[in-house]
Amino acid sequence: MSDPLFAHGVDLGVVVIVLVKVLVVFGFLLVSVMLMIWFERKVISDMQNRIGPNRAGKFGILQTLADGTKLFFKEDLLPERADRVVFRLAPFLSVLPAFLIFAIVPVGGVVTIAHHAVELQAADPPIGILFLLALSSVAVYGVMLAGWSSGSKYPLLGSVRASAQMISYEAALGLSVVTVILESHGLSTRAIVESQAQDFWHWNVLRLFIVPFAIFFVAGTAELNRPPFDLAEGESELGGGFHTEYSAIRFAMFYLAEFMNTITMSAVVVTLFFGGPDGPGFHVVRWLWPILWFLGKTVIFLYIQVWIRAALPRFRYDQLMNLGWKWLIPLSLGWLLLVAGAQVSRAWGFGVFGGVVVAGLLLAQARATARRRREHPIEGRPLAAGDFAGLGTSTTVVDRTRGGS
Amino acid sequence: MRIFGEGNFFGGFYVAAKQVLKPRVTTEYPAAKRPKPPRLHGRHLLNRYEDGMEKCIGCELCAAVCPADCIYVRGADNPPDAPVSPGERYGFVYEINYLRCIHCDLCVEACPTEAITESKLFEFSFTSRADAIYTRTELLVAADGKPQRLPWEDWREGEDRFSSGWMRATSPSGAADYEGEVQWSGELGYGVRAPEAGQRGERDDAATGNISIRETQAKKIPVRFGGRRR
Repeated sequence: MSDPLFAHGVDLGVVVIVLVKVLVVFGFLLVSVMLMIWFERKVISDMQNRIGPNRAGKFGILQTLADGTKLFFKEDLLPERADRVVFRLAPFLSVLPAFLIFAIVPVGGVVTIAHHAVELQAADPPIGILFLLALSSVAVYGVMLAGWSSGSKYPLLGSVRASAQMISYEAALGLSVVTVILESHGLSTRAIVESQAQDFWHWNVLRLFIVPFAIFFVAGTAELNRPPFDLAEGESELGGGFHTEYSAIRFAMFYLAEFMNTITMSAVVVTLFFGGPDGPGFHVVRWLWPILWFLGKTVIFLYIQVWIRAALPRFRYDQLMNLGWKWLIPLSLGWLLLVAGAQVSRAWGFGVFGGVVVAGLLLAQARATARRRREHPIEGRPLAAGDFAGLGTSTTVVDRTRGGS
Repeated sequence: MRIFGEGNFFGGFYVAAKQVLKPRVTTEYPAAKRPKPPRLHGRHLLNRYEDGMEKCIGCELCAAVCPADCIYVRGADNPPDAPVSPGERYGFVYEINYLRCIHCDLCVEACPTEAITESKLFEFSFTSRADAIYTRTELLVAADGKPQRLPWEDWREGEDRFSSGWMRATSPSGAADYEGEVQWSGELGYGVRAPEAGQRGERDDAATGNISIRETQAKKIPVRFGGRRR
């Protein structure tokens, strides 16, 4: 599987087509970030009985443009104790992956332009979805270096949280992507989309039975540092988190990256689990329908992201780590085994399923036992006076069942 | 852990989604204003008698009582041929510094001639310290008895009508016998103001501009207790 555009060598037409695709994706991302910020503010104000931005342009749709312009012309502060090079580098490390990840998202079908078969996506590298995982790891550096280079404690705390969180959730994210790869028999996003293209029950969300999708969505939200996983920003504790010291255009770049990542993550969810541009088409303007399907599905997920932000309070740090390490990673590992077994044969699939169920039951039993022993340390019953009678003369046992303190 | 149901983990989604259909609570401020509370303290006015004479006699009681020390008054003898006030002296210099004023209304209570009152106008701003000092020129009501509409103030039609609300409120001084008795002199442009609503039930809210708290807060009171639906 590789890009059919390069099948017959590279000539001028191919170069022009690639350039146009890159420019279109670039412009589309910038405009959609502008709309996304407006959309988020409007939807969240709807959910809070407010009006939201309504001054700049019709329905306030130009608000982001106004904010961006303001940030562009503000003074760019560089803290005295900041590491000057890294401080300047960090916003780019955040923004560039955000732009690049979208390059592999198929936004439409394959069209023919001037005798070239053109896939409607900026690039279709054979490594495909691994590119996403690689670049989302690079984005961690942006956040981490921003906090570290600020020379200030709150940004540092924010970046430590962010890197720990992103690394924890990347494992679950990657494992749920592996199930998709197993099911679709291909790394390339185009192959993944095409393997789901027949009918909607071939969408991976149904073929893999929802769980990998749920894991991917939760872990993806955590990767984005979006609520309820926005501990890295934690306004109430960290005064803004890793970008506390940033101002003007550098802050705008972090903001841009954050919202661009939100869009990209929704687009990737659609690509991996909801058939990407797949959907019923009609015979008029045939190339347009897949794009509309893709955009529609993406907007639904963007709405869900905003909804989550409006509905859920921020996690505590230990809850975040519990969810990541004790729930998502074991669950995605178990599901990966199951999918892998089902790929080999039905018998293996049921065998692995049985194994996973037994392992899960054992785990649950172990947890229950641990809890019981913690609460009732001796012979499965509460501590009582006289339990330690033989141990020494001076031992007094407080009878916890009587409420003594 | 209970997960579903309002008040639990995923209940937040239901609560948030439910709000989308409800009307907005925002007042679009510069375009629309909410009614002002009846006893709001805004900027001051220097009133005139109905014949156009100034009420201020330059006694400086207001300046003496002011806790923020923001009033500066100098009295002067009335010119015999063209008296400014009915008394012996008049307020020759009268300045209030609005960077200091805390709108406590003690000056209004101290004034023996009801010369100074507070309006409900508070929406003004200035760009220099000098502009923050309102002098006699700005404070004095115009020839028609209405507050002067200064170019940097934002007020709409009708907002100047009930300018002496606080004085009217304090006039009976808590003595029930004087409720409903008009004890203050008339003002140029408005005549004798109607007495504020007392506790005996005789009230003319339209004439005094009184809005009950129940009315201004109607949207915050549950409907079953007589509030209004948002």
